[in-house]
Amino acid sequence: MAVTTAKSAHRHPVAPRAKRMASRALIYAALLFWTFICLFPIYWTVTTSFKSAVDVTQAHLIPWVDFNPDWKGWRSLGLSPDTLFETSTARSEFVNRFINSIITSVGASVLALILGSLAAYGLSRFRYKFAWMRNDDILFFFMSQLILPPVVLALPFLVLYKALALLDTTFGLILLYTLTVLPIVIWIMRDQFNAIPVELDEAAFVDGLSAWGAFLRIILPLAFPGMAAAFILSLVLCWNEYFFAALLTSTDAKTLPVMVASQTGSQGINWWSMAALSTAAIAPLVLIGIFLERYIVSGLTTGAGK
Amino acid sequence: MQSSVDIADAVPPKAGMKRAVRRRATVGRILIGLASLVFLVVLVVQVLHAAGAIAAGFSTWRPILIVYLLWAIAFGTAQVLIRGERGQRALFLLPAVFFTVAVVIFPTIFGLYIASLDWNLSSIEGPHFSGLDNVRAMLSDTYYWNALGNMVFYSVAVLGEYAIAFALALLLSAEIRARKFFRVVFLLPMMLSPVAVSWMIGKSLLEYRFGPAATLARYLGWDNPAFFASPWMARFTIQAMDAWVSIPFIMIILLAGLQAMPKEVQEAAKVDGANGWQSFWHVTFPIMLPVSITVLIIRIIFKLKLADIVINVTAGGPGGATDTVSSFIYRVYRDRSNVGYGTALAMVYLLLIIVLLTLVLRLSKRWTQRVT
Repeated sequence: MAVTTAKSAHRHPVAPRAKRMASRALIYAALLFWTFICLFPIYWTVTTSFKSAVDVTQAHLIPWVDFNPDWKGWRSLGLSPDTLFETSTARSEFVNRFINSIITSVGASVLALILGSLAAYGLSRFRYKFAWMRNDDILFFFMSQLILPPVVLALPFLVLYKALALLDTTFGLILLYTLTVLPIVIWIMRDQFNAIPVELDEAAFVDGLSAWGAFLRIILPLAFPGMAAAFILSLVLCWNEYFFAALLTSTDAKTLPVMVASQTGSQGINWWSMAALSTAAIAPLVLIGIFLERYIVSGLTTGAGK
Repeated sequence: MQSSVDIADAVPPKAGMKRAVRRRATVGRILIGLASLVFLVVLVVQVLHAAGAIAAGFSTWRPILIVYLLWAIAFGTAQVLIRGERGQRALFLLPAVFFTVAVVIFPTIFGLYIASLDWNLSSIEGPHFSGLDNVRAMLSDTYYWNALGNMVFYSVAVLGEYAIAFALALLLSAEIRARKFFRVVFLLPMMLSPVAVSWMIGKSLLEYRFGPAATLARYLGWDNPAFFASPWMARFTIQAMDAWVSIPFIMIILLAGLQAMPKEVQEAAKVDGANGWQSFWHVTFPIMLPVSITVLIIRIIFKLKLADIVINVTAGGPGGATDTVSSFIYRVYRDRSNVGYGTALAMVYLLLIIVLLTLVLRLSKRWTQRVT
């Protein structure tokens, strides 16, 4: 490649170099433009949580230059330095919703990881036959639930949960969220198990381990990267889920997205407190996105490159 | 569930062992029988109690859930007792199957039943059977058809998301510095919850009076930057917000596809004297076609569930212009508590999705095979 460029450079001394510079500049301009599109809404939300009314209406953008940052939004949530140690109903509600979100999303992700890993290992190693269904059909049966829109299940679940006294409970939400991420976990974990050589299982069998012994002692520790990817991806999906939570919770089990949504609905809510609430709701995800991006990407791209 | 394994546990057992195995199998069958009996008895008692025929019973249906769980555990144990090694293997799959049956299959069938009821949760009289009345009402419900029409628009718009995502993936796979930084930044919108995005962009950035986007639009010469006033503008704005959230997903998968592409192909095109556009159109794009079709189908499946942003930003307005099927049914329930009708709408929607998706999968299979 170097040879060809040298040759053409010889023929046209200036043009290719300038052309390459231009295309470089174009690439970086495009990259920076999209970076701006991705980051500006986040920047705007975070800064707005520090603005007073005048700064919002006059569209001041840069802290310390355009406006003096103030803990305004955070004070209304009870999360600013001066209110942090006082009692605050707003804060206790926020903390309550935050903990609900954590319990629900972690609970559902763990449950989905257990059920999904077992099923994925079975599908990857053994051949099943259930009526007319073979392994591929069983896998398709699990994957086909991705197609199901939440609305189809929402109203039957409303009626069922009422009868089961599971409305507005964290456990009820965990069951539903597990169901929504289970296909994804099975998909990722099956790919992970397929990547681990069968010879390892066979060696374990020769050593006298049962199928479960081989799975728990030998294979599962090796499958850690896939499990991490599946877990983090499920966590993000469950954390952001709104539709079921809005229909099935009312007071006790409300999650963070429902709280954010109920605040946007009320007119005349202060921008700064709304901005603070949004910032607090997206902060864990931004951190996950920055530090655990590797797992998210590997989870999403499972099987894509083949 | 029967599980057949290639390598049968074929060692001929001795007579004593054979008897022990047979005894274990009998215990297993008795266990299944007992568990099923308990399950049935509790179910019948509860149904009769709910119908008012007998006094004995539970105040809620929760015991049914517990009995189902016990039955599932008994069934799993019995599998191991009856089939031994093969039963242990079946045990890997059984939890997920029982879970799915309880949480997907049963509610869907139950939903079909609800769909045939005239049932308004807020009215005093309970549900009563109305057959296909709900479907008949649906046929003349212009709002529902309008929402279906909007779904077509939103689904077609996936092509636009795809084009942008492909461009971004190409940018990220070019020789650039700080690739990791750009990748993380480009991925961020996907992580944010649609509800937070609804406020961050829909309600504040695009705010008519002093949102920065409106200010910018005024500066660029659009006097009246109302993003949600006219139907088409509102539809495009909602679509743009959904694109902002979902482009990273398409981009990441295309990027993985680009990175898996053999480098020699690109270089061969370069040696043959192809310019940038030619090598993209004749080499990169055809190679990426299978990945592209896969990601487009997945994306459309997810698009068909679009609801959060619409519910929170426009609530379907103006005049239902931005309604998705999901957000419309959500309002049918929220505003009118009409469970029967809402479920019927959802069931028809599911049926449409299944039919269309089967067609698309068939077509795409043929198409990708012809190309590759």
